[in-house]
Amino acid sequence: MAECHPVGFRWVMEAKRRGATIIHVDPRFTRTSAVADLHVPIRAGTDIAFLGGIIRYIIENERYFKEYVVNYTNAPAVIKEGFKDAEDLSGMFSGWDMQEGYYKIQSWQYEGVEDVIAAAGHKEVFAQPGAGGPGEPRSEHITFEHHDFSLQNPRCVFQILKRHYARYTPEMVEQICGIPKEQFLKVAEALCKNSGRERTSAFCYAVGWTQHTVGVQYIRTAAIIQLLLGNIGRPGGGIMALRGHASIQGSTDIPTLFNLLPGYLPMPHAKHAKNLADYTKSNESGSAWWSEFPKYIVSLLKAYFGDAARKENDYLFDHLPRLTGNHSHMTTVANMADGKLQGYFVMGENPVVGSVNGALQRKGLRNLKWLVVRDFALTETAEFWRKGPEIESGAVKPEDIQTEIFFFPAASHTEKDGSYTNTQRMLQWHHKAVEPQGDCRSELHFMFHLGKRLKALYADSKDPKDTPIQALTWDYPTQGPHADPDAEAVLFEINGFSMGSREPVSGYKELKDDGSTACGCWIYSGCYKDGQNQPARREPAMAQSWVAPEWGWAWPDNRRLLYNRASADLEGKPWSERKKYVWWDAQKQKWTGFDEPDFIADRPPSYRPEKGAEGLATISGIDPFIMQADGKGWLFAPSGVLDGPLPTHYEPQESPVPNLLYKQQCNPVRHEWRRKDNPYHRAWDDPRFPYVITTFRLTEHHTGGGMTRWLSWLSELQPELFCEVSPELAAQVGLQPGGWCTVTTARAEIECRVLVTERIKPLRMGRRTVHQIGLPYHWGYVGRVTGDIVNDLIGFVSDPNVNIQESKALTGNIVPGRLSRNRRAAVDGPLVPLMNGHHRDLPGSGPHPEEPAQEKIESMAKEPEKLLPAPEEE
Amino acid sequence: MGDKGFFTDTTVCIGCKACEVACKEWNQLPDDGFHFTGMSYDNTGHLGASTWRHVAFVERPAPLQQQDSGLGNFSWLLHSDVCKHCERAGCLEACPTGAIVRTEFGSVYVQPDVCNGCGYCVSACPFGVIDRRADDGRAWKCTLCYDRLKDDQTPACAKACPTSSIQFGDLAELRERAQERVEKLHEGGVTDAYLYGESAASQPGTAGLHAFFLLVDKPEVYNLPPDPVVPTAKSKEAWRSMGLAGLGLAALAVGAALFGRAGGGA
Repeated sequence: MAECHPVGFRWVMEAKRRGATIIHVDPRFTRTSAVADLHVPIRAGTDIAFLGGIIRYIIENERYFKEYVVNYTNAPAVIKEGFKDAEDLSGMFSGWDMQEGYYKIQSWQYEGVEDVIAAAGHKEVFAQPGAGGPGEPRSEHITFEHHDFSLQNPRCVFQILKRHYARYTPEMVEQICGIPKEQFLKVAEALCKNSGRERTSAFCYAVGWTQHTVGVQYIRTAAIIQLLLGNIGRPGGGIMALRGHASIQGSTDIPTLFNLLPGYLPMPHAKHAKNLADYTKSNESGSAWWSEFPKYIVSLLKAYFGDAARKENDYLFDHLPRLTGNHSHMTTVANMADGKLQGYFVMGENPVVGSVNGALQRKGLRNLKWLVVRDFALTETAEFWRKGPEIESGAVKPEDIQTEIFFFPAASHTEKDGSYTNTQRMLQWHHKAVEPQGDCRSELHFMFHLGKRLKALYADSKDPKDTPIQALTWDYPTQGPHADPDAEAVLFEINGFSMGSREPVSGYKELKDDGSTACGCWIYSGCYKDGQNQPARREPAMAQSWVAPEWGWAWPDNRRLLYNRASADLEGKPWSERKKYVWWDAQKQKWTGFDEPDFIADRPPSYRPEKGAEGLATISGIDPFIMQADGKGWLFAPSGVLDGPLPTHYEPQESPVPNLLYKQQCNPVRHEWRRKDNPYHRAWDDPRFPYVITTFRLTEHHTGGGMTRWLSWLSELQPELFCEVSPELAAQVGLQPGGWCTVTTARAEIECRVLVTERIKPLRMGRRTVHQIGLPYHWGYVGRVTGDIVNDLIGFVSDPNVNIQESKALTGNIVPGRLSRNRRAAVDGPLVPLMNGHHRDLPGSGPHPEEPAQEKIESMAKEPEKLLPAPEEE
Repeated sequence: MGDKGFFTDTTVCIGCKACEVACKEWNQLPDDGFHFTGMSYDNTGHLGASTWRHVAFVERPAPLQQQDSGLGNFSWLLHSDVCKHCERAGCLEACPTGAIVRTEFGSVYVQPDVCNGCGYCVSACPFGVIDRRADDGRAWKCTLCYDRLKDDQTPACAKACPTSSIQFGDLAELRERAQERVEKLHEGGVTDAYLYGESAASQPGTAGLHAFFLLVDKPEVYNLPPDPVVPTAKSKEAWRSMGLAGLGLAALAVGAALFGRAGGGA
């Protein structure tokens, strides 16, 4: 966090000054570790084993917050009889569909209930009941059904959880993660001691947790810990996602993602959303807050299509694009490389450096008809046709590339109005200070004028496929010499307004499903309340309460802490004076506190829904998690995650060791791209690639370096690509400090300098030693300082829920010297001889299954000794 | 106008180098070239004519008190170094042209339009801070952002520091605050914490620093001199001994002449 979020880290240091204990878990000792109380070196890719060990510690030692767990989580819920846990099926859950390569989740459901709708998530990806398929909305309140509040029923969530993590012992953590037992226990004890009525602990994470084939489940594991300890919805608790760029939170809220519409409404699927009724039926919940779903989608359609969207024409729902499958980044690039795509917009991104398998990315770009790049400078993506490593080595000639490239210089944040949304969901407005120079323009300007031109182009078309463009409202007022659209007018539309009066609504509770309101993003509704730009508020901290509600604006409804009903006990009283936040005012018969209460304002803690209640009436007075269909925090996720209701330790796609906990080696639902230009290593113990590689970022540079490698003041601070290796590995391989080395995978070879440091240590895992190599990925072939592209080493393989690449844990090799003068990549032909009989477990469900995979379980049966850790190598 | 200065608390430094960059940006200093050193995360090496803030990264084979590094005997000391603006400044006293002056803020300032590039100041600084720029030959160093102070602004480095490792203010108040911080650290078990150069008593060779530091190991570990002495502090002594030596030589010469003549006549 100190490395990548030094400004936010100010508050961590402030907390430390006030006595907080800082624990840092990371394969490398970083600038964060330097000021932490405790640094825990971990083998990259094993965090679920580590966190699962903490869950076991909490349960076995009865350190959980009992009242909170019993009443605010789904611990007492009883799961269907047919459910089988990973413990029963060697690492698989019940419901595996061998043909389709995914889980059918019916057996994961609550007893007596069908198709629970998840609070959020990619419900449409697989279009199955409860995950967005054509299920029936369920309206009965779940908490009336099949619960065991004594938590003793063997089929209740608590007991399933207990059994699931029973083997995640401190000894197992040591074997898998390379963390000595004593150090593990120190962390577990520190967390437990600092949780409960009087105290809370917070987790912060970044892409070190997400960029794995089990990325989403890493976060789920932390969520389970925090729910067990009562650290959610309370001040000083929570799980903070530290985002990789400014306003990445904003770009998921109002998404640049293929499978989401604004406000986490799923993108409709071609097969399962033939009309608005089908779509809402499979996405609304009968109970809790998602019962309001129809209001949000209808208001969004009104914002898109204005008066043309009417009840009779289904509010022009048909005009929305439809999913026909997975259209994520890696799938798109693979399709590009196969010549299935013509054009590509790249805005504020540098995928050739920042995404994985750079050689395949460049192959994709070579096969386009046209490419648009918008950035501050000519990035590697814009310059691939004349400066890429393939061009340098002569494997590709620029004259053979037919891609037409358009480069648009971008305005910086000081040259445009707009907002940032940070990880706290807080919007902060920035005002234009100066006019952009030359041809530089804002994204808003570009998209608005592109839209205007498209509308003009299709104005007279009679082709029905052009009607969505014709119907789109596109009437933002413009200002200034370049006809810049007014950013506040966009904010106004996002906020929502009444169709009749054109007055802004005061929040999402005013939105209607009858076409009388329009709203660009329901969760942001209220950001232009009273006609005021709420994100632009800058009341100083000293002039308001410590929660600072008048600085910027946070969604939803300016709440600074989500699910804050959980900060009060069953009767609505704060759990402790010290951790007081919101509470029930019995006299005024309403919720009140330092923050906007995240609950129905006048619903007393004693309220219990009647049987047969529907919609918001199902939320009882003790249901803090109002977005969940049952109002409870989910220890066990009956829907919403595609790779299991409970996080399970799977090894990365490429690992030095077999999975010690289960026969199933990797996440069975992961996405693979089995292509000749994207080869994988053996699942474990690949003699060609004996070391663990993990990538990271440095404070001195930003992501792909497009913004920082042009600045001399930053470039001099970290001028060259290097790898971090331990003195032990350097001695073993013969690496000279400050000298050159070559790092290889089956995908590519790169050269870099050697930084020998004690900050990265070989990990002892039982009888075995594992060496890890750290690689910062900021360099590329343009800029003041240049270097090889680290992400060229990494293959396409992803998490199934959010399609993120696994760049934080893979295997590779390192040799001294510069061996790749003519840099090579798998795209140009095999780099390493193929290995016969490479054992891999159940295949991932990748969109490009070129070759059948061997079943690991078979090979395991033949070679059971493979499960044992290999003897010491040195 | 009271004396202003820096208190740099190395125990909360996260080595982000925002101070280095903010300094270069405000003062429009050139880069030092793009050289990978292989020495931890330090690629600018030391203070110089175009690097007026420099962050040291010390990978120390010893544990930090109250820290479990997970790596045994290891800790990473981070420290943002700067001109000390000595109470008794060697550079100022050595400057023959009067280019180096003491400002109304108590800081030591080089007037670039007066400096003739003689370089006497360079050898007179016990910390190796001031340096001549290769292209114009003149001497340059931290100005304590004199131009910003004139506008009642905080120096760029302190303004940019996210963790308040660099604190700017009235020297007297900073010294008090630093003392409190040391006591707090001692209470928390970090008994190694001490202040470097905060007073004339603790550092007589410079009569105390206007930019002083909180350290947790010997000064040498941070590349700071353990007992810096401004060369001119010894000048009286030097002149006296030189005078005595001169007198001695003269006496010798006279004696030699007298006795020589006497001997010669014998």
